[in-house]
Amino acid sequence: MKDFFVTGDPLIYGADAAIVVTVVAIVFVLTYFKKWRWLWREWITTVDHKKIGIMYIICSLLMLFRGGVDAILMRLQLAMPDTKFLESQHYNEIFTTHGTIMILFMAMPFMFALFNWVIPLQIGARDVAFPYLNALSFWLFFFGALLFNISFVIGGSPDAGWLAYPPLSELSHSPGVGENFYIWGIQISGIGSLASGINFLVTILKMRAPGMKLMKMPLFSWSVLASCITIIFTFPVLTVTLALLFVDRFFGAHIFTMDGGGNPMMYVNLIWMWGHPEVYIVVLPAFGIYSEVVSTFSKKKIFGYTSMVFSMMIISVLSYFTWVHHFFTMGAGADVNAFFAITTMAIGIPTGVKVFNWLFTMFRGRIRMTQPMLWTLAFVPCFLVGGATGVMLAVAPADYQYHNSYFLIAHFHQTLIGGVVFGYLAGLYYWWPKIFGFKLNDRLGKWAFWLWNIGFYVCFMPQYALGFMGMTRRVYTYGWDMGWAPYNLVSTVGAFLMGIGFVVQGWQIIYSIKRGERDLTGDPWNGRTLEWSIPSPPPVYNFAKIPEASEQDAWWEMKKKGIKPTATSYEAIHMPKNSGIPFLMSVCWFIAGFGLTFHWIWIGLAGLAGVGICLLARSFQYKTEYYIPAKEVSRIEAMYRRGA
Amino acid sequence: MKKLAMAKTSLLLLLSACLLAGCDKRFILLHPKGPVAQKEYDLIVLSAILCAIVVIPVLALLVFIVIRYRDKPGNKATYRPEWNESKWLEVFWWGIPIVIIGVLGFYTAKTTFALVKPPVTNVKPVTIQVTSLDWKWLFQYPDQKIATVNYAEIPAGVPVQFVLTSDAPMNSFWVPQLGGQEYTMPGMAMRLWLQADKPGTYYGSGANFTGKGFAHMKFKVVAKPQSEFLAWTKQVKKTAPALTKEGYEKLARQGLAEKTAFSSYPAGLFEEIVDKNGGKYMSHEMKHGHGHMHQHDEN
Ligand code: HEM
Ligand SMILES: [Cu+2]
Ligand SMILES: [Cu+2]
Repeated sequence: MKDFFVTGDPLIYGADAAIVVTVVAIVFVLTYFKKWRWLWREWITTVDHKKIGIMYIICSLLMLFRGGVDAILMRLQLAMPDTKFLESQHYNEIFTTHGTIMILFMAMPFMFALFNWVIPLQIGARDVAFPYLNALSFWLFFFGALLFNISFVIGGSPDAGWLAYPPLSELSHSPGVGENFYIWGIQISGIGSLASGINFLVTILKMRAPGMKLMKMPLFSWSVLASCITIIFTFPVLTVTLALLFVDRFFGAHIFTMDGGGNPMMYVNLIWMWGHPEVYIVVLPAFGIYSEVVSTFSKKKIFGYTSMVFSMMIISVLSYFTWVHHFFTMGAGADVNAFFAITTMAIGIPTGVKVFNWLFTMFRGRIRMTQPMLWTLAFVPCFLVGGATGVMLAVAPADYQYHNSYFLIAHFHQTLIGGVVFGYLAGLYYWWPKIFGFKLNDRLGKWAFWLWNIGFYVCFMPQYALGFMGMTRRVYTYGWDMGWAPYNLVSTVGAFLMGIGFVVQGWQIIYSIKRGERDLTGDPWNGRTLEWSIPSPPPVYNFAKIPEASEQDAWWEMKKKGIKPTATSYEAIHMPKNSGIPFLMSVCWFIAGFGLTFHWIWIGLAGLAGVGICLLARSFQYKTEYYIPAKEVSRIEAMYRRGA
Repeated sequence: MKKLAMAKTSLLLLLSACLLAGCDKRFILLHPKGPVAQKEYDLIVLSAILCAIVVIPVLALLVFIVIRYRDKPGNKATYRPEWNESKWLEVFWWGIPIVIIGVLGFYTAKTTFALVKPPVTNVKPVTIQVTSLDWKWLFQYPDQKIATVNYAEIPAGVPVQFVLTSDAPMNSFWVPQLGGQEYTMPGMAMRLWLQADKPGTYYGSGANFTGKGFAHMKFKVVAKPQSEFLAWTKQVKKTAPALTKEGYEKLARQGLAEKTAFSSYPAGLFEEIVDKNGGKYMSHEMKHGHGHMHQHDEN
């Protein structure tokens, strides 16, 4: 047991104290205000996609905070040569958790939050196809993330990089429980991600409002479709890969070690067969958001709709055929490398086309500089450069020089921050009033925007330079000899600017809850798609009457023709019932993951048995739906109308 | 909008500053010192130029559009909210990236194939066997039967065939000014051709993360005129201690090491390292660079 709690580091004792204080405070507040029942009935058991989206956002922002603190710690350590702030072990843990958290526990839930908020509303549906499964996805993510995060104070964090290459991640070189936390944290949330991929794919294919042909569907919905297809094809690869790594670690197999006849190169291939498509899974929805935002705030139809759809589908297909570019230097033959170099560059083609189409949507439009539009405008140059350096990396022989260097680090942060984070933030500002009924404060938002943007370039442009100076990634310290010091110092300053930007955003949210501009119309931006045709925040059932949507930009056309979305009489609405099982089943998964992490087999098995019982219990539940009577619907609708 | 335009200009300035800074000697990737690094450098420059041809005009277009079509009272610029299609424009911007990627793809493939072969063929190459350990580098010279730790000397103007393996987690062997990196993998022997045109001391490092001491896995490659190189090998042979079996085992343990030279090493040490890490399970073809790299008979 002496290894159970992580000891010996003042930073970690600080975190221990903070965690205990926070938990006690939360329990106290809930008890004092008698909110336990409320928490259970309104949130933990909810199957409402809007509420699930809110829970995803909260978790994602918390994870952005944790990953951001990791980043700041790393940049502090690297600010000057020979810094003694973090020692190597601690630094290695931090970059491992930073990468894993940012991709899997920040970007993914942020993305699912936006799926949940927007997809049903945008296609005119009352919920997702499988609301119960949707709740299960969220809680699996939640407990997976929790399991991963507690490794910080219990047992020790993983330290073999965010993709845990063997043999470094095998028992021989990582005997602690850190890698087990990594495996189980990702496995548990990964099942949830796969389920979400299926859920939203079916939702989009089956639940569109009458008249909404696929080729009339808003581009955000298209982007989600493309992303979900990619999830469905690639997440199983991740699950199997990590399961095999677990077999190596738990049963002493040699699937990924050379001694015993396995092969680590197999792991490297498999993990990137998921890893590369994964970056497109997160960026495609961002492309969708930009398309919506650009069109709305240029007061103009999106340019080249068909091209936009095709380019997304091409990207999603091509993304399966590029994985080898992550290890050109592993010694595959020239034929293999040349093939994957060209497929990778080819992704630049549809991406470039999208940029032109966004530009020409603004061309001859009327551009309004709202917060969502600002992030979109900042995205274009940032992603252009990030994509260009991607193409440079795709040149296989040149990549022999960039690989594992800070040039690579700069590239993917530029695409992930400039592409994914900016996109999701644009989406957050855009749809926030729809979900909460008020806008986020403009002045604070602009501060945050400029801090993030200036901070970004200050932080990452020097890293391209460092790549050219031969600085490799994942070094916890360096000397004065190579001339890296000034560039690293500047980079750290940039990281702090972005950090301050994030803090301003936190304040912006708190401030706007009290003072934000209320949205009484349901259509604060003069929007074009169906989500803007209903009140904000929408009633549980979203649409009292399912709209007709026979044209692209359906709501815009309705407004033009003067059609009102309201009805005179209502019918009873069929809705899914809340359920506590998704939560309980995920708790059981958590217990199972925790037990297997520590090799406490009985706890692991008990957890798995719990999962089985939950599955059984659910299959004997027959009354999982209910009706909202027509009278109740018309009462709610009347109330909204009075408010507006 | 001034602000955004300003951001753009400062970005461009920053980029050109970076390019100018390229003259600075510390940007080692931009100062190749051998034919392999030179070929890679040429591709870096070509790809950067091709990308710039697209990126710079598009940035300019963005600035122009954002300024001209702002929604402010009295803006006289055309407003056509329904204009959303143009076959010719679309053909144009599908075409541009296709052409650019075509050109770049062609040169990429060409160089990729070229780099598999020795940089020059009229000089007899030198072979150096490289083993990455936790956390140091062992270099063995099978022709001279000497070994060094954390530095290597090579003759200038002569192609050097590095044969790479690892007796620790996978690392990557990188000497930027001589050429790009390649992974060192346990149980496998990979080939990497490099060559220094002129005498000099070149920075090298491990590039793929291997744990605690990874940051300290740096080494120097010293290129000397052929005669001085020969003199150096003779001197090592004469003055340095021998690397024994036990000596190697001690060296292979986790920890850092100083620069050292050895006058000899146990016969077949390299092959043994490859085999014991799983090379014995690999087909001969796989073991020697996955069947694609140039074969070379070790004696
Ligand atoms: C035109 C588009 C792009 C091209 C041609 C491209 C190309 C590449 C290449 C060749 C590498 C491997 C470099 C190396 O390891 O040496 C790479 C790494 C990476 N890229 Fe991109 N990329 C593109 C867009 C993106 C996008 C959109 C994202 C994310 C949203 C992204 C995220 C990443 C990440 C995370 C890595 C490195 C992961 C790691 O090694 O840990 N890239 N990219
Ligand atoms: Cu990739
Ligand atoms: Cu190999």
